Amino acid sequence: MAQKQFTVTAETGIHARPATLLVQTASKFDSDIQLEYKGKKVNLKSIMGVMSLGVGKDAEIIIYAEGSDEQEALNSLEETLKKEGLAE
Amino acid sequence: MSSILKGIAASSGIAIAKAYRLVEPDLSFETKKVSDTVSEVKRFKEAVALSTSELEAIRDRAKVELGEDKAAIFEAHLLVLSDPELLGPIEDKITQEAVNAEASLKETADMFIVMFEQMDNEYMRERAADIRDVKKRVLSHLLGVKVLNPSMISEEVIVIAEDLTPSDTAQLNRQFVKGFTTNIGGRTSHSAIMARSMEIPAVVGTKEATVEIENGDLVIVDGLNGEVHVNPTEEVVKQYEKKAAQFEEQKAEWAKLVNEPTVSADGHHVELAANIGTPADLEGVRNNGGEAVGLYRTEFLYMGRTELPTEDEQFESYKAVLEGMKGKPVVVRTLDIGGDKELPYLDLPHEMNPFLGFRAIRLCLEEQDMFRVQLRALLRASEYGNLKIMFPMISNLDEFRQAKAILLEEKELLVEKGVNVSSEIEVGIMVEIPSTAVLADQFAKEVDFFSIGTNDLIQYTMAADRMNERISYLYQPYNPAILRLVKMVIDAAHKEGKWAGMCGEMAGDEIAIPILLGLGLDEFSMSATSILPARTQIRQLSKEDMKKLADEVLQLTTNDEVMTAVKKAIKL
Repeated sequence: MAQKQFTVTAETGIHARPATLLVQTASKFDSDIQLEYKGKKVNLKSIMGVMSLGVGKDAEIIIYAEGSDEQEALNSLEETLKKEGLAE
Repeated sequence: MSSILKGIAASSGIAIAKAYRLVEPDLSFETKKVSDTVSEVKRFKEAVALSTSELEAIRDRAKVELGEDKAAIFEAHLLVLSDPELLGPIEDKITQEAVNAEASLKETADMFIVMFEQMDNEYMRERAADIRDVKKRVLSHLLGVKVLNPSMISEEVIVIAEDLTPSDTAQLNRQFVKGFTTNIGGRTSHSAIMARSMEIPAVVGTKEATVEIENGDLVIVDGLNGEVHVNPTEEVVKQYEKKAAQFEEQKAEWAKLVNEPTVSADGHHVELAANIGTPADLEGVRNNGGEAVGLYRTEFLYMGRTELPTEDEQFESYKAVLEGMKGKPVVVRTLDIGGDKELPYLDLPHEMNPFLGFRAIRLCLEEQDMFRVQLRALLRASEYGNLKIMFPMISNLDEFRQAKAILLEEKELLVEKGVNVSSEIEVGIMVEIPSTAVLADQFAKEVDFFSIGTNDLIQYTMAADRMNERISYLYQPYNPAILRLVKMVIDAAHKEGKWAGMCGEMAGDEIAIPILLGLGLDEFSMSATSILPARTQIRQLSKEDMKKLADEVLQLTTNDEVMTAVKKAIKL
């Protein structure tokens, strides 16, 4: 299993468009991908799951990926987060 | 067969196009057990696939026609439609509980809808609407019902609906919506306000538009006269095409006067102001060249909610209007509620004669805590613009003196606390009760201004309930009795060096305007869309001539005589 921690830097947190981008990216991979915030884990391929977390600015989040393309998935998600200026 | 529906002219202009019924399809179904759960899951997946391809097509079109912004909503719908946390549980439910796809979809989706609706973040709560839309779309495919796609309208249409909510109008492809007609609503309902801000004709309150009009029927919306023609004859269509063209020319003429002053042909200036209900109405005031806000009805702040608005909420609204008008005058009317305009949370007893009852200033002087909150909010907002405060339903000087004393008390308390309060707030009254009009000379010594509320002044003077259709003929704005009262009020104000305005329907009426100009009215306040036609008219009239006309008509005997005389004099 691959995992990595990020700190959300976007003013609005992970709402709306950022959530959409992350879910779209995660959905491209076969691995099971999860997002953890405040001890709660949700399926990162589920827009409703991601939005239900209510991730705000300065939140510490962890992304987990498990499966045949786990490393690739994690790299791709990291790239999306950084490219969009969402987290570091 | 052709037919005509009557309604309320909510937004002026004429539109001719095919009907588009924005009526929710019937998505009712029964919860059933299924024996073949495998094919039920398959049926569900097919409905999802159909919904997906439909949404993709809509999204792609929306991108091209409405822009990325508007298309984003469909992107969100697509994401919900592919959400494993939504689809998984639905399929599991079908398989494990052997219930039909419709019921499984509804129960699961509703669970998410409730969850999102309960979140404390407004953005999240709005997401519940996305899930609801997706649920409807899949459900309609399961049931084989055609789903409405108002954003996909691709030819000119007249929208026919029971009512139009903000979310309905947000989805409309406005480029092709030429007019509205609805079953319910009045001049101040959302549909009417929306139509005026989109500047398309609308007739609301037709009672049976959705019953009488089918998809594809040819419809004429006459927003000038409040009529809807369904499948009219070719001859009627031709007449209306001509009328529509004339109206367009007229509008182009009016638009030239947006930034022009309102000056009569012989050089006298009057102020054309707008009546508004919320800060959102300011856009219309600006677009139509309003020189002031002559009546800000604060009731809307109190309506459609479960408790009184707080001082801060009110302050924000008043501040927004004052700032939005950039130093131009804003006349705010304090709460005019009670009687026919009810606030459920105030729990006022039912009255036999609400128009003659416990309302407006009478209520405010009794419920002083509520009144003081509003006055404080106004005083605090006063430093952001040119505020004038107006008390409604004043029938005697005691009421005015009491209300003003409370205002001054609150002002002093705020000043003591170091709050900035403008020292130039004018305090005036609505003149809508005959006793006040008759005593206007004495009022004029104490108030800073008058604003004549003609809708009520007419009903109280004629003793004719304006909600009673059987006596609507007694609503006589040109009756010399009314005109003489109006003259008394204007003369009384001028004698004391004060100003007099008018904020009823009459102020924007083409027959009343010449008389009012002649009587020396200083400020005319009306719905924003009436301002440019009124300005056009006033620029063509000589005040001196209208003075003579006013003197003449005040000596006539009936409403009809006055109407005929004015029409003849100004060649209407």
